[in-house]
Amino acid sequence: MIKPSYGLFIGGRFVEPKSGRGFQTINPATEESIAEVSDGDASDIARAVAAARKAQPAWAKTRPAERAKILFRIARRLQERSRELAVLETMNCGKPIKESRDEDLPLVVQHFFHHAGWCDKLAYAFAGATPRPVGVCGQIIPWNFPLLMAAWKLAPALACGNTCILKPAETTPMTALMLAEILQECGLPDGVVNIVTGGPDAGRAMTALAGRGIDKIAFTGSTDVGKAIAKSCAGTGVKLTLELGGKGPNIVFADAALDQAVEGVVSGIWFNQGEVCCAGSRLFVEESIHDDFVARLKSRMQSLRVGDPLDKNTDIGAINSKAQLATIQRYIEAGTHEGAQRFDVPCDLPKKGFWCKPCLFTGVQPSHTIAREEIFGPVLSVMTFRTPDEAVQRANNTTYGLSAGVWTEKAARALEMSNRLNAGVVWLNTFNRFDASAPFGGYRESGFGREGGRQGLMSYVKIGGATKGAKR
Amino acid sequence: MSAARVEVAKTLKLYVNGAFPRSESGRTIPVKDARGRVVAHASHASRKDLRDAVEAANAAQPKWAAATAYNRGQVIYRIAEMLEARRAEFIALITSIEGRTKADASREVDHAIDRCVCFAGWPDKIASILGGKQPVAGPYFVFTMPEATGTVAVVVPDESPMLAIISLLLPVVAAGNSAIVIAPMTNAPLAVALGEALATSDVPAGIINILTGPRGELCPWIASHRDVAAVSGAFLHPVDAKVLELGCAENLKRVHMHHDAPGFTDDAFWHSPFSIAPFVELKTVWHPSAL
Repeated sequence: MIKPSYGLFIGGRFVEPKSGRGFQTINPATEESIAEVSDGDASDIARAVAAARKAQPAWAKTRPAERAKILFRIARRLQERSRELAVLETMNCGKPIKESRDEDLPLVVQHFFHHAGWCDKLAYAFAGATPRPVGVCGQIIPWNFPLLMAAWKLAPALACGNTCILKPAETTPMTALMLAEILQECGLPDGVVNIVTGGPDAGRAMTALAGRGIDKIAFTGSTDVGKAIAKSCAGTGVKLTLELGGKGPNIVFADAALDQAVEGVVSGIWFNQGEVCCAGSRLFVEESIHDDFVARLKSRMQSLRVGDPLDKNTDIGAINSKAQLATIQRYIEAGTHEGAQRFDVPCDLPKKGFWCKPCLFTGVQPSHTIAREEIFGPVLSVMTFRTPDEAVQRANNTTYGLSAGVWTEKAARALEMSNRLNAGVVWLNTFNRFDASAPFGGYRESGFGREGGRQGLMSYVKIGGATKGAKR
Repeated sequence: MSAARVEVAKTLKLYVNGAFPRSESGRTIPVKDARGRVVAHASHASRKDLRDAVEAANAAQPKWAAATAYNRGQVIYRIAEMLEARRAEFIALITSIEGRTKADASREVDHAIDRCVCFAGWPDKIASILGGKQPVAGPYFVFTMPEATGTVAVVVPDESPMLAIISLLLPVVAAGNSAIVIAPMTNAPLAVALGEALATSDVPAGIINILTGPRGELCPWIASHRDVAAVSGAFLHPVDAKVLELGCAENLKRVHMHHDAPGFTDDAFWHSPFSIAPFVELKTVWHPSAL
């Protein structure tokens, strides 16, 4: 059930924002309003931090097995309400229902279930050390996987005994607010999770409290904003993890299973309209198969359905916002302007809403803007290589390092490519796979820290400090 | 004829790329002993010296990272052997320059050497502790492995220079990174002697570089250098720590100031794999699994 308006979730209940201001959150496929949400500001963030601080000692002292039971309960309740959440996610985000239903929600549930089980096992995860909670965590998440990013942030933080202030993206607050209702329903103690909706000011207010009430900042979003956050956190002693942008290479060797590779390239760049930080946005095809592969890809593109995200046959939904659509269009123009050749499929787009046809560019040079900068849209840049060494060199020729894909039937080559590619996640003969037990995060300017699995817990514990009785 | 022999004084140089250059700056800093007498002149490392060291460190690092973990372990063990051989020299430098008792100095040197022995055992074990195979919910073979981050600036605090240098340096090099040590000026001759020991210990040229110079002057250059991938420091002045942390905003340097860490004598922390963890990148690799 969607309510006409939502307050901020602070201290276990929905409260009015101090300013009294709100804004309409819309469906990007129709531009119609879904609900009015609160525009949280610095005073609201301060209230949320106070609530989280107050709740933290008791939550950290709660018997781990009891903390686990609450997280397991949340996982179960999310599972029961999956369909509703998937529909809401699609309405607020623009992503196809088949993705929110089959990818986002199952992963959300798994993430809570996986981390619920960690609560009483942390001592084994950090054998020989005594992991302690970091304290109060300020978490800022993006609009491309709203509920999944909330789960990635909250579940490990809670499992490790921290309390949280979550700031959903300005354009996609809805599923986080429904999650707040679920947390309430599941008996999570008041103040353990606080959710403050709002714009960039609320995010800035959060990082301004780094070291002054907030002990840890976790951010997923663009590299530029990540750097700004790093700047405001410097000298505060706050623990910081950043999951930032990417310009993922997807490398197809001549010996690959080509039809599977085509599917992988399609999923790599057109999953979630390409609004994915780990998207395979740079395609490197071995020169000898370039024409054949591009022909197969173009033919496969004809069968991609663009349109109503709530239609279960839709492959490509709406772009999340007018601003993002404008950004994508600027990049497409730059691609054409700089001399690459654009291909897209002629199709009708809905009259209202924000839409972008999937497209690919051939004849792309490494110096082109579309080969260097993250577009965050359904735009693929196709380039070639002649030798494995050249593929590695070109793939690594970026400041990013989040994901990489390799398509080859030679196992030894696939493994050596995975050794040489500078990326936190390497998908061999697959792409865009995620799991609660598998760490995810970047190299270089794609950020640091991992989310998922035992390795992800490291972001939410302190390991230093006195460990009594340990002898060398 | 006088019977007194004139002692040959040592010129204190930098240790960069396996060689011992003077500072490009042509400047030196007087080194005083515990009684305040000037006993030597240390090189005053400049921005250019740092850049030279970064270049050497970056060039050497891939080969070090690609060496077998067993090999890296043996090289670190060799460091312990070389330090043991110069044990008396280190103790003498700590007593004379830092004015500490012989017993105190011996404890610190022994601790540092023993820490090297401990770390000789880490390179071939880090992956099994920090990495692993993930039981994902699908037909995929998924594993995670730690890899070196790259070139790491190691900014060492003033107290207990011997143990501090070793404690901050070993986790960095054990993981396959190269290091540029910004040695504390509280005992520059000791840092130089350490470089000389390292030069004879099978550590490839460029993997460990040691600069002596004013920390406050070098920190901003470290922070702004885009080819420095990470920074390790501990117990630094808040101003230096902040300057280094601002380097993160430059190129997403991993700046680890060990805010939560206990003192260097705490083996439970400083011998643990979690002292290495901040200086590795975790790579997760997926492959479909099917017959």
